[in-house]
Amino acid sequence: MAPLLDVRNLTKKFGGLTAVNNVTIGIEPQSISAIIGPNGAGKTTLFNLLTGIYKPDTGTMVFDGHSLVGLRPDQVNAAGMSRTFQSIRLFHGMTVLENVMVGMHSRLNISLFNTLTRTAGFNRQEVHVKQKASDLLRFVGLAGKGDEVSRNLPYGDQRRVEIARALASDPKLILLDEPTAGMNPQETVDAMALFRRVRDELGVTVVLIEHDMRVVMGISEHISVLDYGQKIAEGTPDEIRSNPRVIEAYLGRRAAGVVEPETSAEVN
Amino acid sequence: MAVKSVQQSSRATVRAALKRPAVAGGLLVAYILVAVLILNSLDRSNLWFPFYSTLTFPALVLSPFIILAAPVRGWFKGALIVALLFLIIPYLGMRDSSYLELVIQICIFAGLALGLNIVVGFAGLLDLGYIAFFAVGAYTWAMFTSGASTVFNINGWLVSGSAFYLFIFLGIFVAAIVGILLGLPVLRLRGDYLAIVTLGFGEMIRVIANNLDQPINFTNGSQGLFGVGRPPVPFFLRDGVLTVESALGLSITNVDPLSQQLLFYFIAIAIIGIIIVVARRLDNSPIGRAWTAIREDEVAAIAMGVPLVRMKLLAFATGASFAGAIGVIYAAKQTFVSPESFSLIQSISILAMVIVGGMGGIRGTLLGAVIVTMLNLLVLKNLSLQINALRNVDFVIPIINYHIRDWPTQLEPAKYERLIFGLLLIVMMIFRPAGLLPEPRRRMELQEKDEEIVDEEISPEAGDEQPVVSAVRPDAEQA
Repeated sequence: MAPLLDVRNLTKKFGGLTAVNNVTIGIEPQSISAIIGPNGAGKTTLFNLLTGIYKPDTGTMVFDGHSLVGLRPDQVNAAGMSRTFQSIRLFHGMTVLENVMVGMHSRLNISLFNTLTRTAGFNRQEVHVKQKASDLLRFVGLAGKGDEVSRNLPYGDQRRVEIARALASDPKLILLDEPTAGMNPQETVDAMALFRRVRDELGVTVVLIEHDMRVVMGISEHISVLDYGQKIAEGTPDEIRSNPRVIEAYLGRRAAGVVEPETSAEVN
Repeated sequence: MAVKSVQQSSRATVRAALKRPAVAGGLLVAYILVAVLILNSLDRSNLWFPFYSTLTFPALVLSPFIILAAPVRGWFKGALIVALLFLIIPYLGMRDSSYLELVIQICIFAGLALGLNIVVGFAGLLDLGYIAFFAVGAYTWAMFTSGASTVFNINGWLVSGSAFYLFIFLGIFVAAIVGILLGLPVLRLRGDYLAIVTLGFGEMIRVIANNLDQPINFTNGSQGLFGVGRPPVPFFLRDGVLTVESALGLSITNVDPLSQQLLFYFIAIAIIGIIIVVARRLDNSPIGRAWTAIREDEVAAIAMGVPLVRMKLLAFATGASFAGAIGVIYAAKQTFVSPESFSLIQSISILAMVIVGGMGGIRGTLLGAVIVTMLNLLVLKNLSLQINALRNVDFVIPIINYHIRDWPTQLEPAKYERLIFGLLLIVMMIFRPAGLLPEPRRRMELQEKDEEIVDEEISPEAGDEQPVVSAVRPDAEQA
């Protein structure tokens, strides 16, 4: 099957620093994939490139048959790719329900005339938006919390709201940036079940950046490893677990046994 | 102890009684009646007139906010406010047209504050040059009706006063276009930078108005446009005034100016009503939610599909269009427009209204407009008048034996305007940073709550998740 997201030779430099260096990644539809790597490996930069927050220097990104290069973040969202943020970026002063309703923006018919005259179509759409936002909150396990101001929710619940908000635009693919960071073990376990349900029940392809290896190895079918902006390995969890370059990146060269950097560079 | 508990229980009884619609409604009616009776009996020749009217008129003008907050039925609130706006204030205005003038000024500033609230309160774009859009509206009408604009005069572009209502729409349109033209280059900036650029823009419009008398005279420069046209007074309004005059036995000497003033009062009330409806509908819509999202977190908003530039331009254009409409009315009411009316201090006082009232809330913004305008135009002015009146009769404060005429003229309250503004803002920032009436988030999920709680109890979700967990853990440990 053709990949849903096809990234080829993507490069992004910030001054002298090459944050993402010639990265090629393919994401299969309906899969759960993980992107891992040490701190500063360029994972979040990659997400920001995909979602249009940064512009790539070179390379191509094709999503669902359309190029993402040059699209604004809102256009990327409308094209069917949604995301969450590493540090939670909810609209803190708005209620939980309103947060999710904002997430539907790119799917709505918005006209000043309809808003001011309150046409039947406008009212129908508002009812639909509220209903769908409630349904999504129930899906992520926050039924009945819609009227809380989102700043007042516990941390784990805020993560869930972010996921519900990202799902509100009916994306084909959702990018989760460290979705379990700061969660306790039980919350992490619940979150993993949620990611699976996002894929199994909604049919949304999931790509996550994650540091927690239990999460990565537990739910992802495909893993890409970044280090210093380059992809150093990819494969199934079993392949990654035994890959000496990955062990080296995470634990240092001695732990991995001596591997010549030149040899492994050819992998790319 | 026994006394205390009795006190407590009686206090609770009073509180419970106040919550009952009949009691609260009775108190409201009594409150308004007392204010009206006092204002009705006040006489300008009374030595203490400025003092009493400073106490009573604000009480009357603030009563809609008390009415709205009171625990009474909706229809009763509506009836009281309609009576206040369409019977009581016009009646008081017939006795003393300065009250009418004051309410019109309040409406003008309230309209401006509501427009600025769209930009600053809803969308979070700090605009310090907002008065420029007001100027655009005012000059749009003034140039077409004042003969002082030579180009328009010579070319025969002048229109009659009856085109006024059409020009309200034109004012809206022109101001919105100017809003978009300003917005396009400026909206990439954020926060302080946006504030500085809009401040510059506000000054630019004023300077342009000041200098556009050469080489072609559009604005008549710093002398301003005088003799601006006014909408014709419909015959029924003048007849109505005469009928009321004979029915109540009033003696109105200046029927024509008064009916003109009444016309502006009703126009101002109507436009404020429309602006409130528009602002509420925008707030409670996908557009309003997108604006709030932009205010809270721009990056998250755009990543969630909110087109930043388009929504910001819409906010700018909407806010500007309110100011444009109000500008047309202002020009017609004053019959004189000059660059001095559109100075930076005006932009700042409108911003102060939004901040004092409660940024983002419509009722709060209205309250802020009422308070700040009354402080400016009624309270400080009347205190000065009072001091002068007392000085003239050589009033002596008993006990401390202080002669009012010794009070230096430099210390007249009307000269403290900016000092009082500053103090007011500082006090607000310390004690009520969210404003007097901060807007609570709307509750929208209420009707579904019960059903959802039941669902949660039945749902086997938690049970189902367990196996997944144990399947994951051993893997993870190996890694």
